[in-house]
Amino acid sequence: MNTDLKARFDAEIRSHKIVLFMKGNALFPQCGFSARALQILQQHGQVHTVDVLADPEVRQGIKEYSNWPTIPQIFINGKFVGGSDILMELEERGELADMVAGKTPA
Amino acid sequence: MLDPNAIRQRILGALPGSEVDVNDTTGTGDHFEARVVSPAFAGKSMVEQHQMVYAPLQDWLKTGELHALALKTYSPEQWKKLGPR
Repeated sequence: MNTDLKARFDAEIRSHKIVLFMKGNALFPQCGFSARALQILQQHGQVHTVDVLADPEVRQGIKEYSNWPTIPQIFINGKFVGGSDILMELEERGELADMVAGKTPA
Repeated sequence: MLDPNAIRQRILGALPGSEVDVNDTTGTGDHFEARVVSPAFAGKSMVEQHQMVYAPLQDWLKTGELHALALKTYSPEQWKKLGPR
């Protein structure tokens, strides 16, 4: 993938504790999975969102960047966490709060 | 049309010594759910665990023969703590 885009993702993910690549934005999510992910994450702090629908290069690029085929994608403390299924499962297991606090390697 | 047991065998081949359950959720042979408990998952993040299960199924996922696989993955220690639910 192109290095400018990679540098942009690196910076975006490094400079915010919780980053959500989603369809739509925080006010108007355009997909149920993105909306649900946002809702869960907002219980754990400030969420920085990136609308992949605003830029086709970002929409395709983020999938290559994380080697994950679907949107939404969640990054916490600079690490790729997964998509909405994994997020829900982590929340259900009570592990999400620890991850945001930087207490678990997961 | 895939058979749950074919999926199970592939996962077992990649993750020997695992406990693997696979169900056809829609009865159409392309949407499945799986529960995998594997010692190989110890110390791995959930996304890494899922990628380890998807790895031996890549060709089926690519062709769309396997359209969806909902996963629950656990290390034996996690399973002791969390499962069965």
